[in-house]
Amino acid sequence: MAVTEVKPGARLRSTVSEAEVVVVRGPQDAVQLRCGGAPMVALDAATEAAAAPGDDGSTLLGKRYVDETSSLELLCTKGGAGALTADGRVLTLKGAKPLPSSD
Amino acid sequence: MDLGLLLDMAVSGDPDRVVLGTADQGMTAQELQQRARNGAVAVQEAGAAHLMFVGSSGPAFPVALFAAAAAGVPLVPLNYRMPGEQIAALIAENEPALVIADAWLRDSGAVGPDALTPEQWLERTAVDRSDVPLVGAVDSDAVALLLYTSGTTAAPKAAVLRHRNLTSYVLSTIEFASADPSEASLVSVPPYHIAGVANTITNLYAGRRVIHLPTFTPEAWLETAHREGVTHALVVPTMLSRIVDHLEQDPAATAPKLRALAYGGATMPSRVIERALALFPDTGFVNAYGLTETSSTIALLGPDDHRAAGSSGDPEVRARLGSAGRAVPGIELEVRDEHGAPCPAGVAGDLWVSGEQVSGEYRGSAGNVVDGWFSTRDRGWLDAEGFLFIEGRTDDTIIRGGENIAPAEIEDVLQRHPSVADVAVVGLPDEEWGQRIAAAVVPRTGQTCSPEELQAWVRTHLRGSKTPDLVVLTDALPRTDTGKLLRRQVIADLSRS
Repeated sequence: MAVTEVKPGARLRSTVSEAEVVVVRGPQDAVQLRCGGAPMVALDAATEAAAAPGDDGSTLLGKRYVDETSSLELLCTKGGAGALTADGRVLTLKGAKPLPSSD
Repeated sequence: MDLGLLLDMAVSGDPDRVVLGTADQGMTAQELQQRARNGAVAVQEAGAAHLMFVGSSGPAFPVALFAAAAAGVPLVPLNYRMPGEQIAALIAENEPALVIADAWLRDSGAVGPDALTPEQWLERTAVDRSDVPLVGAVDSDAVALLLYTSGTTAAPKAAVLRHRNLTSYVLSTIEFASADPSEASLVSVPPYHIAGVANTITNLYAGRRVIHLPTFTPEAWLETAHREGVTHALVVPTMLSRIVDHLEQDPAATAPKLRALAYGGATMPSRVIERALALFPDTGFVNAYGLTETSSTIALLGPDDHRAAGSSGDPEVRARLGSAGRAVPGIELEVRDEHGAPCPAGVAGDLWVSGEQVSGEYRGSAGNVVDGWFSTRDRGWLDAEGFLFIEGRTDDTIIRGGENIAPAEIEDVLQRHPSVADVAVVGLPDEEWGQRIAAAVVPRTGQTCSPEELQAWVRTHLRGSKTPDLVVLTDALPRTDTGKLLRRQVIADLSRS
């Protein structure tokens, strides 16, 4: 299977759950992005037989996830089961620095 | 990314959350999404290249904003208070367009007979059209919004804001669903102001209910805030000034218990903000600085900054109460001198800004962007810790005998005179000095003061070269609806006197 392109603005979905993400910042070099252990695919890619998610957590709506090694940043646009990984590295939650509301 | 995705996220998070209007009868996130899609079908069937909104704020506006996004056409809000022929000319500039306009504009002939009233738009978008496929594709580069800048110095021009500009702003400044369920935001800025558009998106994304106040009066603002349990509000300086006056003058009026009160859009006189801080002791104040071309806020002074500055014994820290705070994440600020070289801390120059939310693009012209940096055409300076002080528009700087003088500094001193209600300071042509300083002053109701007394007042607070050479008393100053001073008009009026 072709590696799904991970570039800014690209929307990807999990093949093991409902989870969807959008790429906020692309990686320096190509990475293999997975959710729940299975490769993520383009949002409009044909549906393949869904595998069951491994018992490895979940991806939360509205949270941003980063991979420090590759500088990749994702925004979860739909929550679902399965943790996000880039080349096997588990993505970490980007700490929120809340700003006061200004408009 | 596009605005529709942000709406989808809000629906995915909680479809039944009331996002607009009263808590028991307002519009839910899911209903907003359905209406936006139905509205997009209406735009498509009209063959419209733009969706135009010429009306006061209300639930029809957010539906229009997201309908335009779903249809892949720009939303074009217009100032409904402009003369009818100007409205007609700007609509003609955007044909073919679907126009939503307040009823009286159709009756007066400012908009055509095909225009929908906000009520008709809400009726139309309540009809399910999910059977009709949408053909327009939306990508992050598509234009989301064409917003005419207020044109205080020139004819209005349309700033171009793309989906990627607006979504970058939301992502870098707002945490998704971070608002407490009890939070409600009172919006009294009109839809043709960038903050009026931005708050629609940021409040939806943060998870905060929005209540619109179509016509601002201090009485209506206070009454709505109390009735709806409002926790957050955004006002322009003229509104805050009127709210403060009303609270001080009407013994029956009480300040609502707001958690946050944001102000921006024009220079806030420090005398107004100091009185507001006393009247709203438990409210967190936020001073937001931004431009249409930067997708709203690029710097802000938050509640902690207000408190730290307000209680500090260090004059440098205390002065920050008059600053616009620090750059928001994703924004870089740079102050440059007339040769384009960066200015050191404390030295004023031209303010440049860079970041993904910055467009700096205008329809049909190149804009003010050089190598990714946008010239705000505002003059200002940064202190050693990055707090931004805005002195005003570069074009408004008075050059008297070779000295650069910011009108804001003199205006602030005059505002503090007990007899002064409003003031504008401008430069008038002068053969000897290049420019001389002139002040138009509106005395407080029932009070009098002489020009000589006001000149003496400035002389005791600022060095002599900053004393106005001419002081003229007047009944009112020309301002836009959102409080921006029309300096050209002041200069023309003073030149005649």
